[in-house]
Amino acid sequence: MNSPLDILLWGAIPYAAIAVFIVGHLWRYRYDKFGWTTRSSQLYENRLLRLGSPLFHFGILLVALGHVGGLVIPRSWTEAAGITDHAYHLVAVSLGILAGICTLAGAAILIYRRRTVGPVFSATTRNDKVMYVLLIGTILLGLTVTFLGTLAGDPHDYRQTVSPWFRSIFILQPDPALMAAAPLGFRLHAMAAWTLFAFWPFSRLVHVFSFPLGYATRPYIVYRSRDAAPGNRAPRRGWERAT
Amino acid sequence: MRVMAQLAMVMNLDKCIGCHTCSVTCKQAWTNRSGVEYVWFNNVETRPGQGYPRTYEDQERWRGGWELSRRGRLRLKGGGRLRKLLTIFSNPKLPGLDAYYEPWTYDYDTLTTAPLQEHTPVARPRSLISGKPTRITWSANWDDNLGGAPDLADQDPMIKGIEDKVRLEFEKTFMFYLPRICEHCLNPSCAASCPSGAIYKRSEDGIVLVDQDRCRGWRMCVSGCPYKKVYFNHRTGKAEKCTFCFPRVEVGIPTVCAETCVGRLRYIGLMLYDADRVLAAASTKDDRDLYAAQREVFLDPNDSAVISEAERAGIPRDWIEAAQRSPVYALINTYRVALPLHPEYRTMPMVWYIPPLSPVVDVVRDTGHDAEDHGNLFAAVDALRIPVEYLANLFTAGDPAPVDAVLRKLAAMRSYMRDINLGREPRETIPAAVGMTGEQVYDMYRLLALAKYDERYVIPPAHAEQAHGLEELATECSLDYEGGPGMTGPFGESSGALSPIAVENFHLLRDRQTADTLAAPTDKGKRVNLLNWDGKGRPDGLFPLRGEEPKP
Repeated sequence: MNSPLDILLWGAIPYAAIAVFIVGHLWRYRYDKFGWTTRSSQLYENRLLRLGSPLFHFGILLVALGHVGGLVIPRSWTEAAGITDHAYHLVAVSLGILAGICTLAGAAILIYRRRTVGPVFSATTRNDKVMYVLLIGTILLGLTVTFLGTLAGDPHDYRQTVSPWFRSIFILQPDPALMAAAPLGFRLHAMAAWTLFAFWPFSRLVHVFSFPLGYATRPYIVYRSRDAAPGNRAPRRGWERAT
Repeated sequence: MRVMAQLAMVMNLDKCIGCHTCSVTCKQAWTNRSGVEYVWFNNVETRPGQGYPRTYEDQERWRGGWELSRRGRLRLKGGGRLRKLLTIFSNPKLPGLDAYYEPWTYDYDTLTTAPLQEHTPVARPRSLISGKPTRITWSANWDDNLGGAPDLADQDPMIKGIEDKVRLEFEKTFMFYLPRICEHCLNPSCAASCPSGAIYKRSEDGIVLVDQDRCRGWRMCVSGCPYKKVYFNHRTGKAEKCTFCFPRVEVGIPTVCAETCVGRLRYIGLMLYDADRVLAAASTKDDRDLYAAQREVFLDPNDSAVISEAERAGIPRDWIEAAQRSPVYALINTYRVALPLHPEYRTMPMVWYIPPLSPVVDVVRDTGHDAEDHGNLFAAVDALRIPVEYLANLFTAGDPAPVDAVLRKLAAMRSYMRDINLGREPRETIPAAVGMTGEQVYDMYRLLALAKYDERYVIPPAHAEQAHGLEELATECSLDYEGGPGMTGPFGESSGALSPIAVENFHLLRDRQTADTLAAPTDKGKRVNLLNWDGKGRPDGLFPLRGEEPKP
C-alpha cells in the first residue's frame, strides 16, 4: 500500500517537475529568447576552461546516454538481446564511473575556476549558484550510489525498481511503490534530479536544448529578408507587402 | 545570373588623418554599453602595426576565413562543421581579452570625494572586467602613430617576408592609417561558422547581421571572421558586430562612421553582383587572382541585360538607378583605384580601400624633388618597393602590380590637376601614361576631392510601401494596433511584444498632464532611460512597484 508521502514524492512531484520543465521552457523561449544563451565565460579565462569544459560536457553527455540506457530500456529487452545481467552491470558500472569521474573532474575544474578567477566569479549570478548546487548535488549523489553499491559488492538492481517506476510515470500509470522500495541513495538522487529539472528552464541550463545539430546540414551562408513590416507591428490585413 | 544588391563602402586612405572620430562616434552609437567595453565596431589602425585585436591578420594562428582544400574546394580554415561541433565547449581559437585589451575606467570617486589633503589625489585605473586596480599595458590604439614601433611593429603579420626591406627606424619608416569596419562580405565566414545560424546576410542590401534572439553564444563566429570584426558581449553572452548602421541606411542616410568622418574619405554606394558566381570566384586557385575574380562577380548596372535580370530579381528601379550612380562602383570598376582588404581570406569583402600615395609622396618630397611631378612620382612608385609591397600584402595578397597601377593613377591625377590648377596647359600624356583620358582623370579627381555629400553617399532608402504604417507617421491612428492601447503582457509591464513608441509617448504625456509635479511624477509610472543605463544595479523605477496597479 502506498503511503501518502510516497504518492507525493514518487507520484505527484515527478509530474509537477515535468510540467514545470516543459511549460517553463516554452515560456522562457517565448519571453526570453535574448537571455537564452550559454553565457560563455571563455573570454575571461581560457587555460582552465580549455581543460574543464570539454571534460565536463562530454562526460555529462555520456552520463545522460547511460541514463537513457538504464532507465528507458527495459531489462527484458537487453535479456532478449542476449546480454547477461553480469555483462550489463559490468558495462554500466565501468562506463558510468568513467563518465561520472570525467564529469566530476571537469566540474571541479570549472567550479575552482569560477571561484578563483575574479572576472568569472563576478559574472556568476545567484541563479548560477543555485544551479551549481542542484547539478553537482545530483551528480555527486548518483556517483556515490554507484560507488557504494559497487564497493559493497552487492549493487542494488535499479532495473527492478527505479527504471520501471521511471517508465511508469511516462505511461501515465505511476507506481510509487516501486521507487519507495529503492535504497535511500537512489531516492535522494531521483529527488535531486526532479528539483533540478524543475529549476532547469529558469537557469542557464536551457542552452542544452540549443545544441546546434542543424549546423551539420544547413547551408553555410544564411540569407534572410529584411522584416516585411517596417516599424514594429505586423501589417494589417490587406496591407501585406506585395510580392 | 542571380542579381543581388550589396551596400558597399570605399575608403580613401590618402585622406585619413587618423583622428579616430569614426571610432568614437561609432562607439557612442553602438558599443557604449557594459559587456562591450572592449569592442570597437570601427577602429583605426596605424600601419605598420599589429592591429586590433593584436596580429589578427596572422591566419596561421587565428585560422579565420576560408581556404582551398587539396581538391580545390572552399572550406573554413578553422575547420568544418564536425570540428566546430566537437570544439563547441571550448573554442580553441577564440582570442582572449589580452589580444584585444582589458577595458578600464578610473576611480573618479576617490578623486572627487577626496578630503583636503597635502597631496593631489589621483584617479587610479580600475579594470572594467574584474573591478580591481589594474595597470594599463595595452589598448585598441596602443601603437597609434607608430608608438613603440621599434618593439611592436615588427610583429605586424604583414611585414612577414619583407622584414629586411621595411625600415622601422623612426626617420626612415612610413606609416598610414587603416580604418576598419565589418567587411559585410559576399561570402561571410562568420555566418558560415555560426552553429546556430544566427548570423545572416540580408538579401536586400547584403548587410551581415547577428540575430540577437537566435545567437546562443557558441563563439565560433569570433574565430571564424578573419578580420576579427565579430565580438562577444561578455555580459549578454551574445555575439555583436558592425551593423552598417542599418537603421540609418534604411532611410537613406550614411553610417555614423561615414557621416562623422572629418576627412570625408568614405564613400557608400550599391554594388550589383551575381550571387551564382560568388562561390566560384572565392574558390579561385591563386590568391593573387582573387582581386580580379571578385571584380568579375560585380555586374555593370548600365548593362541592359543586367538591368532586366535585376528587375526580375525584384530589385526596385530606384535601387538600380542608385547602383548606376554608385561612387563605390566608379572607384572599384570604372577607375579601378579601390582594392579589397585581404582578398586572400576568400570572404569577398565589400569594404574596399584606395591605397595611400602619401608614403611615396613624402619620400619624394623629403629627398628634395618635386613631389607633384609625375615623372618623379612614377619613378618613386617603381623604386620604392617597400610601401608598395607592404600595401600589396594588405590589398592584393602580395601582388604588387595592381597596387602599382593604382598609385600611378593617383600620381598622374596629382600632376595632371596641378597643371590645371596653375592655369597651365594640361598635358594629355600624363593620363595616357596610366591608360586614362584627361576627362576621366578629371572626373576621378572630382569624385576623390570635391564630391559632395550626395555624391559620396548614394544610398537608396529601403522600400517601405507600407510607410503609412511606420511608427511615427500619423496617417492612421497610432493606437490602432493589435492588442489595443496600453496592452500589457501577462508577466508585467515589459513582457510580451513591443509596444509602439507612439503609445508609450501617449501614456507618458497623459501621465505628465495629470501629475501634481512638473518633473518625474511621483504618483505615476516612471520609466528609466535605458540608453544611458550601464546595466549595473537596479535604478529606481526600472521595475514597477510591487502591488502597483498596472496602467490601463
